[in-house]
Amino acid sequence: MDGWMDGWMDGWMDGWMGGWVDGLLLTIGITSSFQMQFMLLFSRQGKLRLQKWYVPLSDKEKKKITRELVQTVLARKPKMCSFLEWRDLKIVYKRYASLYFCCAIEDQDNELITLEIIHRYVELLDKYFGSVCELDIIFNFEKAYFILDEFLLGGEAQETSKKNVLKAIEQADLLQENIDYQTRLFAGVMVPSMASESSGLFQS
Amino acid sequence: WVCHTPIRLRELIRTIRTARTQAEEREMIQKECAAIRSSFREEDNTYRCRNVAKLLYMHMLGYPAHFGQLECLKLIASQKFTDKRIGYLGAMLLLDERQDVHLLMTNCIKNDLNHSTQYVQGLALCTLGCMGSSEMCRDLAGEVEKLLKTSNSYLRKKAALCAVHVIRKVPELMEMFLPATKNLLSEKNHGVLHTSVVLLTEMCERSPDMLAHFRKLVPQLVRILKNLIMSGYSPEHDVSGISDPFLQVRILRLLRILGKGDDDSSEAMNDILAQVATNTETSKNVGNAILYETVLTIMDIKSESGLRVLAINILGRFLLNNDKNIRYVALTSLLKTVQTDHNAVQRHRSTIVDCLKDLDVSIKRRAMELSFALVNGNNIRGMMKELLYFLDSCDPEFKADCASGVFLAAEKYAPSKRWHIDTIMRVLTTAGSYVRDDSVPNLIQLITNSVEMHAYTVQRLYKALLDDISQQPLVQVASWCIGEYGDLLISGQCEEEEPIQVTEDEVLDVLEGLLVSNLSSPVTRGYSLTAIMKLSTRFSSVNRIKKVVSIYGSSIDVELQQRAVEYNGNDLLDLLGGNDVPVIPTTMPTKPASAGGELLDLLGDLSLGIPPMTAYNKNGLKIDFTFERANPNPNVAVITIHASNSTEADMTDFVFQAAVPKTFQLQLLSPSSNVVPALNQGTVTQVIRVLNQQKLRMRIKLTYIHKGSAVQDLAEVNNFPPQSWQ
Repeated sequence: MDGWMDGWMDGWMDGWMGGWVDGLLLTIGITSSFQMQFMLLFSRQGKLRLQKWYVPLSDKEKKKITRELVQTVLARKPKMCSFLEWRDLKIVYKRYASLYFCCAIEDQDNELITLEIIHRYVELLDKYFGSVCELDIIFNFEKAYFILDEFLLGGEAQETSKKNVLKAIEQADLLQENIDYQTRLFAGVMVPSMASESSGLFQS
Repeated sequence: WVCHTPIRLRELIRTIRTARTQAEEREMIQKECAAIRSSFREEDNTYRCRNVAKLLYMHMLGYPAHFGQLECLKLIASQKFTDKRIGYLGAMLLLDERQDVHLLMTNCIKNDLNHSTQYVQGLALCTLGCMGSSEMCRDLAGEVEKLLKTSNSYLRKKAALCAVHVIRKVPELMEMFLPATKNLLSEKNHGVLHTSVVLLTEMCERSPDMLAHFRKLVPQLVRILKNLIMSGYSPEHDVSGISDPFLQVRILRLLRILGKGDDDSSEAMNDILAQVATNTETSKNVGNAILYETVLTIMDIKSESGLRVLAINILGRFLLNNDKNIRYVALTSLLKTVQTDHNAVQRHRSTIVDCLKDLDVSIKRRAMELSFALVNGNNIRGMMKELLYFLDSCDPEFKADCASGVFLAAEKYAPSKRWHIDTIMRVLTTAGSYVRDDSVPNLIQLITNSVEMHAYTVQRLYKALLDDISQQPLVQVASWCIGEYGDLLISGQCEEEEPIQVTEDEVLDVLEGLLVSNLSSPVTRGYSLTAIMKLSTRFSSVNRIKKVVSIYGSSIDVELQQRAVEYNGNDLLDLLGGNDVPVIPTTMPTKPASAGGELLDLLGDLSLGIPPMTAYNKNGLKIDFTFERANPNPNVAVITIHASNSTEADMTDFVFQAAVPKTFQLQLLSPSSNVVPALNQGTVTQVIRVLNQQKLRMRIKLTYIHKGSAVQDLAEVNNFPPQSWQ
């Protein structure tokens, strides 16, 4: 019975979500006209490094969205613009070395300023980790979240001063009594033309 | 001696990354999860934080972590800041409002909102503002409102965004935040200013009363924006020489909402908008982001015409920008304004047309849409040249839409009938296989109405057939024309161009060639057979025609057989026998019948022996399925649904949806209509094509409106006859 239902439910959901029935596409839902619905960070191999959801969705839906979006973005060629329409959302993405930063915004939102939001987040990470690379975010993912949560709240910027965000993080870190010893890993010799996990995000 | 200390987070990460296969990774994860579970069971306070952090890492890799949800709650309740930090993070990642367990957070959050340490208060505000459910928001709105009035800017800015979330979840709570908004804009702190503007925007968008109330803030907002632009270099908020672009954009957006439909407000912001539009640095994305928002605002409020032209010109300049992102937003915005500011946008037509050659798919699509919107009687020739060139070279994904757009534009603005026919020809010959099925009857209608062009049209189409018979819509239209105007073809009556010399036999050769070709679809074969039949009244080679018909009288293709048999019926023989040869009525099924419907009507019971079945019968709605095998792919089952309604009221907005298990593929074509008439007065038909090699299973979903109520039903269809999938 279980096997049957599973195979069925997925096929069923896929059928509905896949949108091959004319004019009926599952939408995540517009909450207001301006809201970032989620932000995803993933590697060029499609491995998820951070996921921040600002709308309520089940684990299953999040996985499906992530899978689809990662596939779509990774299929984009370098010459294409940083925006694409996906379902009823706008996706703004930018690659920094080996990491893709991907935001889903709503129809009325300003794509260009979203690019600046992404850039500001990368700058914050860079300042915090010192020449940040993907490895930093892998091994210190919780810090990446803390920094994001001091910069954005509910999908909106809460602080527009770089200095203030970093100061808040610094102070919060000091509050922590047990600070895990962080070891920086170096992935060996860096190949200049290929962005690897140890490439600084700001190296082009 | 066994070590019970749970391994550190980074140690685990390092270990998992050494896994060489998915299976190896899964094994490591399972082992660690087991260790973590037993640690949880032991109620270990010391290492709970570390364990939850590890769980969050494994969750990100895609492994289930729900057994850690309660542990997050315990961490949140702890007094240690480290615990709270991870606990709240875990809550945001693992909990969501669909699970009742999230409500257990409410009390902790309430306490933490009143904590003596602002960083703890911050965590609580952040979590509530990110994922707070409606119930939580209701319970805690009062605390948020309190914090919105604090003088601590670190907390005030967070409270503002938290309030935004509360309002989004529970709009009726908006009123309670009104008093606290009083002095928000007098703040010097940019974080508070930014979040306050966001809060005000949310309130104005949701309530016309709030909007009216906050209009008085326009002068203050204008002042703040002016200060940002005029102020000198402020290192803290500078981005490439621009002061706090994030705040500028949000202010511009709020101004847009306040100025919309209001003359006074629009006038009050006119100058500052002009100033931003002319003075903002355009060399980097950040400046353009502000300009973009400014343009959107100018276009939405009641701005004077000079300002509107300024805005469109900014978009025009964007179109020439090297940065493809800028070009993209320009096209999007122009598409929005093309109706209201048509003339202004027309001035940028050539730049827009150039964007058809852009490498980016999204830019091309927008340029195409915009180009069609700009076509008018004056520029039709030039524009069509560009669009036809685009049609030749564009990706397949554009061809159908482009072809449809060309047909539409040609119909509206064709400068001459000859030009119109030529344009249609061009589309059919270059993008013929992408043209939508429903274009064929429309084109046929068009050709019929262009009486003086019949000779020219049939000649051109005939010549096109000699070159290429692979593009079905072209072949169908051509066959139809030859059937209708074959006499004009052989009599060489063309005035528009050099008439060709062709004999009856040559024409029949071509049509018969279509009948036997593997390239021809069943619909196309139907067209050619019909055309041959019609020529029996126009040509003298009646014997040849009769021979063809008798061949197809025993064709394996049932619909051709049916047609041939019908044509060979008494009426025809009578007609052929007599001296007066009346025209065979053209109401014979010549429409392509949306891949199923009318052909099946023709076939009636000749459905290759698969019996029809009733798939659904409930509440007066009955849905029957009839079957046929698709040609040439026998693995595709073509099912036609016939929906009928025995109740006394119509079923409107009728939508039929189907789903099949993953191993199948399914395609639904357009339904014949959305109204199932009452008392069985008619049926709605729709064609389903299923690719299957196994036992067919299907779920159907029906929605319709009946006697004012919306009805929805789900059903499983399990009684497919075995022949439908064998």
